[in-house]
Amino acid sequence: MMATNVRITDIVEETPSTKTFFLDASLDYIPGQYVMVWIHGVDEIPMSLSYPNAITVQKVGDATSALFKLKAGDRIGVRGPLGNGFVLKGKSILLVGGGVGTAPLAPLAEKAKNKNISVKALIGAKTDRELLFVERFEKSGDISIATDDGSRGYKGTIIEVVSKLDLQEFEGIYSCGPERMMSQVLNIAKNTGMTRMAQFSLHRYIKCGIGVCGSCCIDPSGLRVCRDGPVFNGEQLMDSEFGKYMRDGSGRRILI
Amino acid sequence: MNLTTNLTGLELKNPTILAAGILGTTAASLKRVMQGGAGAVVTKSIGSAPRTGHPGPVVTEREYSILNAMGLPNPSYREFVSELALAKGDVPVIVSIFGANASEFQEVARGLNDAEPDGFELNVSCPHANGYGASIASNPDAIRETTEAVKDAVEVPVWVKLAPLTNIVEMGLAAQKGGADAVVAINTVPAMAIDIESGFPLLGNKVGGISGPAIKPIALKCVYELYSALNIDVIGVGGITNWRDAIEFIMAGAKAVQIGSAVYNDIGVFKDISDGVARHLKENRRSLKSIRGVAHK
Repeated sequence: MMATNVRITDIVEETPSTKTFFLDASLDYIPGQYVMVWIHGVDEIPMSLSYPNAITVQKVGDATSALFKLKAGDRIGVRGPLGNGFVLKGKSILLVGGGVGTAPLAPLAEKAKNKNISVKALIGAKTDRELLFVERFEKSGDISIATDDGSRGYKGTIIEVVSKLDLQEFEGIYSCGPERMMSQVLNIAKNTGMTRMAQFSLHRYIKCGIGVCGSCCIDPSGLRVCRDGPVFNGEQLMDSEFGKYMRDGSGRRILI
Repeated sequence: MNLTTNLTGLELKNPTILAAGILGTTAASLKRVMQGGAGAVVTKSIGSAPRTGHPGPVVTEREYSILNAMGLPNPSYREFVSELALAKGDVPVIVSIFGANASEFQEVARGLNDAEPDGFELNVSCPHANGYGASIASNPDAIRETTEAVKDAVEVPVWVKLAPLTNIVEMGLAAQKGGADAVVAINTVPAMAIDIESGFPLLGNKVGGISGPAIKPIALKCVYELYSALNIDVIGVGGITNWRDAIEFIMAGAKAVQIGSAVYNDIGVFKDISDGVARHLKENRRSLKSIRGVAHK
């Protein structure tokens, strides 16, 4: 798949650190799939789609900083949609999102609502102002919020909210956010016998996006996050590097 | 049908090998390819210091080919020792190494010795990393010196991976003179692509190397010429995606074939190719040995 040039039509500041870039192209995609975004002359980075025609980006490095400098009317390259997205199953599902990781869960919630699946979303952030897509979740079902500083919703982590729920009410768990959070979700899913029913969107160093370079392979399965993921079920992640370490661009391990 | 192949003293259950640079940074990804039926695997190229490689895009797909400029990302030999130890086992693991000169190649090879790789492949031909590969690729003296330096440092077989668009026979003879156990032909062909809308080259590094079916005829000619001129084994690589391609390379003189880009279509391509080769040989009542080099008529 070759890069397509698209124009930025609108930029929405979602939180002090995240912006949504709307594009003049709409992709036929499954929530959880991603695109490789080429910021001309700078770099190409993987970003999950938050709408069929938009990516929601947190400013974290050189490439995202360059992206943040672009304006409506500017062009970027897009390769995708790539990878495997979330598989919707059951009649009642739980979403667990943290920080900018919430981005691919919002379209998933909307897709679920359209299929008459009951959605409960648990959304966490450091503070009120960093909460993402609250309205989209509210319109798609029930939402509970947790913030580290207690500025909105429960004061504490979203995991504390999860652990107060009876997970047996749900037929699927969908999670995206910081890996420490997701690995705790996996632990809870494991303890309630829901490993296979839980799906996680992984963040790894994706370079090629097409499954040939190997920079995003996870241990010990060798599954490629860019091609076999980025969404995996809990069964695939059991006894893996998930929650323990990842690798940098050179392949060196970084503890999580 | 028996496809076992003795390649530079290594026993391969079949003559398909994972090419360098594809997957291969971690033991887990190498193991996954082994499960896909490869007779041996070559790691990503390992050097003396950690490198993250070039900025993206690092690949762009073209009709019949993949254009890449990864930029030799690797964790350095010091970090890779533990990974290599984990990868060892089912089939021979060959470590691809690179360096700026003969002594750096030797340092990397020495550093990896403790993890006991089954062999080394010298990447003297990466087309898109400044100071590495390409500067040695067309210099027969540098190829001979590099090969000698690594041979002096290790006890296992040493393969030398050659670049196209050079006098490849002269380079192959230089590797042979330096003591190489085999030559591997070819590395990707220097190439580029430009996005006509933005005017930017489509690779972050601007230029890169092309692989896949587009380069198969180029690789085949190189293998054919090397087989005629050299006394050591020739390993063919470049655009092999099915068993017919593999047979073609063997008929040109290759003792084994490496597969890279075809992993894009199917990570289990190794089994498909060796099954196809076995079926073809059985149907025609031939052996691998009997068809090797038959195109030299």
